[in-house]
Amino acid sequence: MTGYRTPLKNVRGLGSAKRGTEHFWLQRVTAAANIVLIAFLVYTALTLAGAPKPEVKAFFSQPIAAVFGVLLAISVSVHMRIGMQVIIEDYVHGASKVPMLLLNTFFSIFVGAATVLAVTKLFLGV
Amino acid sequence: MADAKESAGGLRARPMMPRPLSPHLSIFRPYINMTMSILHRVTGAANYFGSLLLAAWLISAAASDSWFGTVSWAAATPVGLIVLFGFTWSVMHHLLGGIRHFIWDTVHGFERGNVRLLSWLTLLGSLTLTGLIWAAAYPVWENLIWGKFL
Repeated sequence: MTGYRTPLKNVRGLGSAKRGTEHFWLQRVTAAANIVLIAFLVYTALTLAGAPKPEVKAFFSQPIAAVFGVLLAISVSVHMRIGMQVIIEDYVHGASKVPMLLLNTFFSIFVGAATVLAVTKLFLGV
Repeated sequence: MADAKESAGGLRARPMMPRPLSPHLSIFRPYINMTMSILHRVTGAANYFGSLLLAAWLISAAASDSWFGTVSWAAATPVGLIVLFGFTWSVMHHLLGGIRHFIWDTVHGFERGNVRLLSWLTLLGSLTLTGLIWAAAYPVWENLIWGKFL
Protein backbone atom coordinates (compact mmCIF):
# COMPACT_ATOMS: atom_id res chain seq x y z
CA MET A 1 0.00 0.00 0.00
CA THR A 2 2.96 2.32 0.41
CA GLY A 3 4.50 2.05 -3.02
CA TYR A 4 2.19 4.09 -5.19
CA ARG A 5 3.09 7.62 -4.17
CA THR A 6 5.89 9.56 -5.72
CA PRO A 7 8.51 10.91 -3.31
CA LEU A 8 7.21 14.41 -4.02
CA LYS A 9 3.71 13.38 -2.93
CA ASN A 10 5.05 11.92 0.29
CA VAL A 11 7.02 15.04 1.05
CA ARG A 12 3.99 17.23 0.52
CA GLY A 13 2.07 15.00 2.90
CA LEU A 14 -1.26 15.87 1.40
CA GLY A 15 -2.71 12.42 0.67
CA SER A 16 -5.13 11.54 -2.06
CA ALA A 17 -7.77 14.08 -1.06
CA LYS A 18 -5.25 16.95 -1.26
CA ARG A 19 -6.31 18.12 2.14
CA GLY A 20 -6.80 16.52 5.51
CA THR A 21 -6.19 18.32 8.70
CA GLU A 22 -7.23 21.91 7.94
CA HIS A 23 -10.76 21.19 9.08
CA PHE A 24 -9.60 19.65 12.35
CA TRP A 25 -7.01 22.38 12.88
CA LEU A 26 -9.35 25.30 12.13
CA GLN A 27 -11.84 23.85 14.60
CA ARG A 28 -9.08 23.87 17.26
CA VAL A 29 -7.81 27.36 16.35
CA THR A 30 -11.29 28.89 16.56
CA ALA A 31 -12.00 26.88 19.73
CA ALA A 32 -8.91 28.33 21.40
CA ALA A 33 -9.88 31.84 20.27
CA ASN A 34 -13.41 31.27 21.50
CA ILE A 35 -12.21 30.59 25.05
CA VAL A 36 -10.94 34.18 25.25
CA LEU A 37 -13.80 35.62 23.21
CA ILE A 38 -16.51 33.92 25.28
CA ALA A 39 -14.88 35.34 28.40
CA PHE A 40 -15.29 38.74 26.72
CA LEU A 41 -18.91 37.88 25.92
CA VAL A 42 -19.63 36.98 29.54
CA TYR A 43 -18.05 40.26 30.67
CA THR A 44 -20.08 42.15 28.05
CA ALA A 45 -23.32 40.43 29.00
CA LEU A 46 -22.82 41.11 32.70
CA THR A 47 -21.92 44.74 31.98
CA LEU A 48 -24.81 45.39 29.62
CA ALA A 49 -27.58 43.09 30.90
CA GLY A 50 -30.69 45.21 31.17
CA ALA A 51 -28.81 48.30 30.03
CA PRO A 52 -30.55 50.89 27.84
CA LYS A 53 -29.45 51.37 24.25
CA PRO A 54 -27.13 54.38 24.83
CA GLU A 55 -25.06 52.27 27.26
CA VAL A 56 -24.74 49.51 24.68
CA LYS A 57 -23.58 52.08 22.13
CA ALA A 58 -21.14 53.63 24.59
CA PHE A 59 -19.71 50.20 25.45
CA PHE A 60 -19.04 49.31 21.82
CA SER A 61 -17.64 52.75 21.07
CA GLN A 62 -14.56 51.52 22.95
CA PRO A 63 -12.13 50.21 20.30
CA ILE A 64 -11.15 47.17 22.38
CA ALA A 65 -14.77 46.14 22.85
CA ALA A 66 -15.52 46.63 19.15
CA VAL A 67 -12.49 44.59 18.08
CA PHE A 68 -13.41 41.77 20.45
CA GLY A 69 -17.00 41.90 19.25
CA VAL A 70 -15.93 41.58 15.60
CA LEU A 71 -13.47 38.79 16.42
CA LEU A 72 -16.16 36.97 18.41
CA ALA A 73 -18.55 37.12 15.46
CA ILE A 74 -15.93 35.85 12.98
CA SER A 75 -14.46 33.10 15.17
CA VAL A 76 -17.84 31.82 16.34
CA SER A 77 -19.35 31.79 12.85
CA VAL A 78 -16.38 29.85 11.43
CA HIS A 79 -16.41 27.42 14.38
CA MET A 80 -20.15 26.79 14.23
CA ARG A 81 -20.09 26.30 10.46
CA ILE A 82 -17.48 23.54 10.74
CA GLY A 83 -19.25 21.93 13.68
CA MET A 84 -22.65 21.87 12.02
CA GLN A 85 -21.04 20.57 8.83
CA VAL A 86 -19.82 17.52 10.75
CA ILE A 87 -23.27 16.99 12.30
CA ILE A 88 -24.93 17.18 8.86
CA GLU A 89 -22.37 14.81 7.35
CA ASP A 90 -23.01 12.34 10.17
CA TYR A 91 -26.80 12.29 10.06
CA VAL A 92 -28.02 13.57 6.69
CA HIS A 93 -27.69 11.30 3.67
CA GLY A 94 -29.21 11.46 0.23
CA ALA A 95 -30.62 14.35 -1.71
CA SER A 96 -30.93 16.84 1.15
CA LYS A 97 -27.29 16.60 2.27
CA VAL A 98 -25.70 19.10 -0.12
CA PRO A 99 -28.52 21.68 0.18
CA MET A 100 -28.20 21.48 3.95
CA LEU A 101 -24.44 21.95 3.78
CA LEU A 102 -25.00 25.04 1.62
CA LEU A 103 -27.68 26.31 3.98
CA ASN A 104 -25.29 25.83 6.89
CA THR A 105 -22.60 27.88 5.14
CA PHE A 106 -25.02 30.66 4.23
CA PHE A 107 -26.54 30.78 7.73
CA SER A 108 -23.15 30.95 9.43
CA ILE A 109 -21.85 33.66 7.11
CA PHE A 110 -25.09 35.62 7.45
CA VAL A 111 -25.02 35.57 11.26
CA GLY A 112 -21.32 36.48 11.27
CA ALA A 113 -21.65 39.30 8.74
CA ALA A 114 -24.76 40.78 10.35
CA THR A 115 -23.11 40.77 13.80
CA VAL A 116 -19.92 42.36 12.44
CA LEU A 117 -21.98 45.07 10.76
CA ALA A 118 -23.96 45.70 13.96
CA VAL A 119 -20.83 46.00 16.10
CA THR A 120 -19.24 48.27 13.47
CA LYS A 121 -22.29 50.52 13.43
CA LEU A 122 -22.36 50.68 17.25
CA PHE A 123 -18.65 51.52 17.26
CA LEU A 124 -19.03 54.30 14.73
CA GLY A 125 -22.09 55.63 16.54
CA VAL A 126 -23.89 56.41 13.31
CA MET B 1 -21.67 -3.05 3.13
CA ALA B 2 -21.10 -3.41 -0.61
CA ASP B 3 -18.65 -6.23 0.13
CA ALA B 4 -21.29 -8.14 2.05
CA LYS B 5 -23.62 -8.04 -0.92
CA GLU B 6 -20.90 -9.14 -3.31
CA SER B 7 -19.89 -12.11 -1.16
CA ALA B 8 -23.49 -13.26 -1.11
CA GLY B 9 -23.40 -13.37 -4.91
CA GLY B 10 -23.28 -17.16 -5.00
CA LEU B 11 -26.60 -17.35 -3.18
CA ARG B 12 -28.53 -15.02 -5.50
CA ALA B 13 -31.30 -17.56 -5.93
CA ARG B 14 -32.37 -16.96 -2.37
CA PRO B 15 -33.88 -13.52 -1.62
CA MET B 16 -31.60 -11.29 0.45
CA MET B 17 -32.77 -11.29 4.05
CA PRO B 18 -32.13 -8.22 6.25
CA ARG B 19 -28.76 -8.90 7.84
CA PRO B 20 -28.13 -8.24 11.51
CA LEU B 21 -26.43 -4.92 12.16
CA SER B 22 -23.60 -4.49 14.59
CA PRO B 23 -24.78 -3.55 18.04
CA HIS B 24 -24.97 0.18 18.58
CA LEU B 25 -25.93 2.51 21.45
CA SER B 26 -28.51 0.12 22.85
CA ILE B 27 -25.96 -2.39 24.19
CA PHE B 28 -23.93 0.14 26.18
CA ARG B 29 -24.60 1.07 29.75
CA PRO B 30 -24.48 4.88 29.78
CA TYR B 31 -21.13 6.19 30.96
CA ILE B 32 -20.56 9.76 32.03
CA ASN B 33 -18.04 10.34 29.22
CA MET B 34 -20.55 9.02 26.69
CA THR B 35 -23.22 11.33 28.08
CA MET B 36 -20.81 14.29 27.98
CA SER B 37 -19.84 13.43 24.41
CA ILE B 38 -23.48 13.50 23.34
CA LEU B 39 -24.09 16.69 25.32
CA HIS B 40 -21.09 18.33 23.64
CA ARG B 41 -22.73 17.84 20.26
CA VAL B 42 -26.18 18.81 21.53
CA THR B 43 -24.91 22.01 23.18
CA GLY B 44 -22.86 22.81 20.07
CA ALA B 45 -26.00 22.59 17.94
CA ALA B 46 -27.93 24.65 20.50
CA ASN B 47 -25.21 27.32 20.48
CA TYR B 48 -25.42 27.36 16.67
CA PHE B 49 -28.98 28.63 16.89
CA GLY B 50 -28.28 30.57 20.09
CA SER B 51 -25.91 32.75 18.08
CA LEU B 52 -29.10 34.28 16.68
CA LEU B 53 -29.91 35.61 20.17
CA LEU B 54 -26.61 37.47 20.39
CA ALA B 55 -26.94 38.67 16.79
CA ALA B 56 -30.51 39.87 17.40
CA TRP B 57 -29.46 41.84 20.48
CA LEU B 58 -26.53 43.57 18.74
CA ILE B 59 -28.40 44.18 15.49
CA SER B 60 -31.38 45.66 17.33
CA ALA B 61 -29.09 47.96 19.32
CA ALA B 62 -27.55 49.10 16.05
CA ALA B 63 -30.92 49.38 14.30
CA SER B 64 -33.49 51.44 16.24
CA ASP B 65 -35.06 52.15 19.62
CA SER B 66 -38.17 50.18 18.74
CA TRP B 67 -36.20 47.07 17.66
CA PHE B 68 -34.01 47.29 20.76
CA GLY B 69 -37.14 47.70 22.87
CA THR B 70 -38.71 44.61 21.34
CA VAL B 71 -35.62 42.45 21.89
CA SER B 72 -35.16 43.78 25.45
CA TRP B 73 -38.81 43.08 26.21
CA ALA B 74 -38.58 39.52 24.82
CA ALA B 75 -35.42 38.83 26.84
CA ALA B 76 -37.15 39.94 30.05
CA THR B 77 -40.18 37.67 29.66
CA PRO B 78 -40.24 34.39 31.63
CA VAL B 79 -39.63 32.41 28.43
CA GLY B 80 -36.86 34.81 27.45
CA LEU B 81 -35.12 34.41 30.80
CA ILE B 82 -35.39 30.61 30.66
CA VAL B 83 -33.97 30.59 27.12
CA LEU B 84 -31.11 32.89 28.16
CA PHE B 85 -30.39 30.72 31.21
CA GLY B 86 -30.33 27.60 29.04
CA PHE B 87 -28.15 29.35 26.47
CA THR B 88 -25.72 30.39 29.21
CA TRP B 89 -25.40 26.79 30.41
CA SER B 90 -25.13 25.47 26.86
CA VAL B 91 -22.26 27.85 26.03
CA MET B 92 -20.45 27.14 29.31
CA HIS B 93 -20.86 23.40 28.87
CA HIS B 94 -19.58 23.44 25.30
CA LEU B 95 -16.71 25.68 26.38
CA LEU B 96 -15.59 23.32 29.14
CA GLY B 97 -16.19 20.30 26.89
CA GLY B 98 -13.87 21.95 24.37
CA ILE B 99 -11.20 22.42 27.03
CA ARG B 100 -11.59 18.72 27.93
CA HIS B 101 -11.03 17.88 24.29
CA PHE B 102 -7.95 20.12 24.26
CA ILE B 103 -6.55 18.09 27.16
CA TRP B 104 -7.32 14.87 25.30
CA ASP B 105 -5.70 16.34 22.15
CA THR B 106 -2.41 16.39 24.05
CA VAL B 107 -2.82 12.65 24.75
CA HIS B 108 -3.33 13.24 28.45
CA GLY B 109 -6.18 12.19 30.69
CA PHE B 110 -7.10 8.97 28.93
CA GLU B 111 -6.81 6.72 31.98
CA ARG B 112 -10.23 5.40 32.88
CA GLY B 113 -10.43 7.31 36.15
CA ASN B 114 -9.27 10.53 34.53
CA VAL B 115 -11.75 10.22 31.67
CA ARG B 116 -14.55 9.97 34.21
CA LEU B 117 -13.11 12.76 36.34
CA LEU B 118 -12.77 15.16 33.39
CA SER B 119 -16.30 14.30 32.25
CA TRP B 120 -17.80 14.97 35.68
CA LEU B 121 -15.76 18.18 36.01
CA THR B 122 -17.22 19.38 32.69
CA LEU B 123 -20.75 19.00 34.01
CA LEU B 124 -20.08 20.37 37.49
CA GLY B 125 -18.02 23.22 36.04
CA SER B 126 -20.67 24.25 33.55
CA LEU B 127 -23.37 24.26 36.22
CA THR B 128 -21.12 26.24 38.57
CA LEU B 129 -20.17 28.83 35.94
CA THR B 130 -23.82 29.23 34.93
CA GLY B 131 -24.77 29.73 38.56
CA LEU B 132 -21.99 32.27 39.10
CA ILE B 133 -22.91 34.26 35.98
CA TRP B 134 -26.59 34.43 36.93
CA ALA B 135 -25.72 35.24 40.52
CA ALA B 136 -23.61 38.14 39.28
CA ALA B 137 -26.53 39.30 37.13
CA TYR B 138 -29.03 38.90 39.98
CA PRO B 139 -29.65 42.68 40.39
CA VAL B 140 -30.82 42.73 36.77
CA TRP B 141 -33.35 39.93 36.91
CA GLU B 142 -34.54 40.01 40.53
CA ASN B 143 -37.19 42.64 39.74
CA LEU B 144 -38.25 40.71 36.66
CA ILE B 145 -39.35 37.62 38.53
CA TRP B 146 -40.35 38.46 42.10
CA GLY B 147 -44.03 39.29 42.11
CA LYS B 148 -44.36 38.72 38.40
CA PHE B 149 -44.27 35.02 37.86
CA LEU B 150 -42.96 33.68 41.15
